[in-house]
Amino acid sequence: MTESSLADPATAVDWPSDIFRVLKDWDVRQVCHVPDAGHLKLLTQCEDDNDIRTVTLTTEEEGVALLLGAWLGGERGCLLMQSSGVGNTINMLSLAKTCRYPLLMLVTMRGEYGEFNPWQVPMGQATRATMEAMGVIVLDAWEGERVGETVEAAAKLAFNGQVAVAVCLTQRVIGAKDFRALAEPKA
Amino acid sequence: MNSNGYSLKRRAVVAGLLADRGDDLLVVTGLGGANWDATAAGDSPLTFPLWGAMGGALPMGLGLALAQPAKRVLVLTGDGDLLMSLGCLATIGVERPANLAVVVLDNERYGETGRQRTATAAGVDLCAIARGAGFVATTEARVESGLAELHRLARAADGPTLSVVKISMEPLKIVMPPRDGAYLKDRFRIALLGEDGIF
Repeated sequence: MTESSLADPATAVDWPSDIFRVLKDWDVRQVCHVPDAGHLKLLTQCEDDNDIRTVTLTTEEEGVALLLGAWLGGERGCLLMQSSGVGNTINMLSLAKTCRYPLLMLVTMRGEYGEFNPWQVPMGQATRATMEAMGVIVLDAWEGERVGETVEAAAKLAFNGQVAVAVCLTQRVIGAKDFRALAEPKA
Repeated sequence: MNSNGYSLKRRAVVAGLLADRGDDLLVVTGLGGANWDATAAGDSPLTFPLWGAMGGALPMGLGLALAQPAKRVLVLTGDGDLLMSLGCLATIGVERPANLAVVVLDNERYGETGRQRTATAAGVDLCAIARGAGFVATTEARVESGLAELHRLARAADGPTLSVVKISMEPLKIVMPPRDGAYLKDRFRIALLGEDGIF
């Protein structure tokens, strides 16, 4: 995948593996997601792990409810999604505030640092405000080398505090695609 | 429009489904009528009744079923709630939890908001959709004789199963369970996991 030069030089850091280690340390058993390219490596690691059930959702709001069910059953989970998917979760996030269960969400950002596609910008710019309006604590990771500790902090906050916490993985970390590099040359 | 042509009574159907439930049956209800019906049959810490979060009952049931494969998980919900989570039928069909059963109390109306017609009133076939999504068994009960198969798919058969029961429209009193979500969560976890459930 072609990425712009805006991507953090620190993406040489293997931050997906850092996230995976945090999920394992916390004995996360259910990882649900609507896929995003930014989560590709982490998802592969989760799928290859015999103790993690990876569930592909049709829409992100399912994940908010699925993780309440998992928690009722004694399992920890994590929801992976792209920032545009946050918009699909809004009413379902009522569960987090009303039921006060640990809800850990890892959001790969679009529509902010170096975005190419204007259609991604509205939801990307509203992601933090949307989640905060629904009572979610939002942390950002702007540097690859800080991703692991930020996700660790979010997991502690969520699982110890029984609250909803999201980590936004910015395009500075994950890189911003320039579609022109993938397109047919213009005639 | 005080009749939808069906005669089965929802409270009796649900009471039958939940009879002799024991500790091995975990129940999630959708919001509205399904909640009141399950509560009328007997409030239980192992029932999680939703008061909101429309469309949430199915995915909640899936997460619970995956976490507790040795228990039977029953999602009781209405046609309106199920129609809001049709995509989750595919999610469940892919995961195929053998311990998950869904029962749809289908009066073909949005019962809480003035009995507006739902898509099932126009013939949308939830069983066909569920089968297409990978559910291993479905049934639709319209009369008393269909309830035995409904009970079997809800309580015993390998899942995921989806059963539709066509019910009459009735003016019923609301029977309310506790409505604090954190309390409902904690009491469920304690009943299922023991005192450690609050941690």
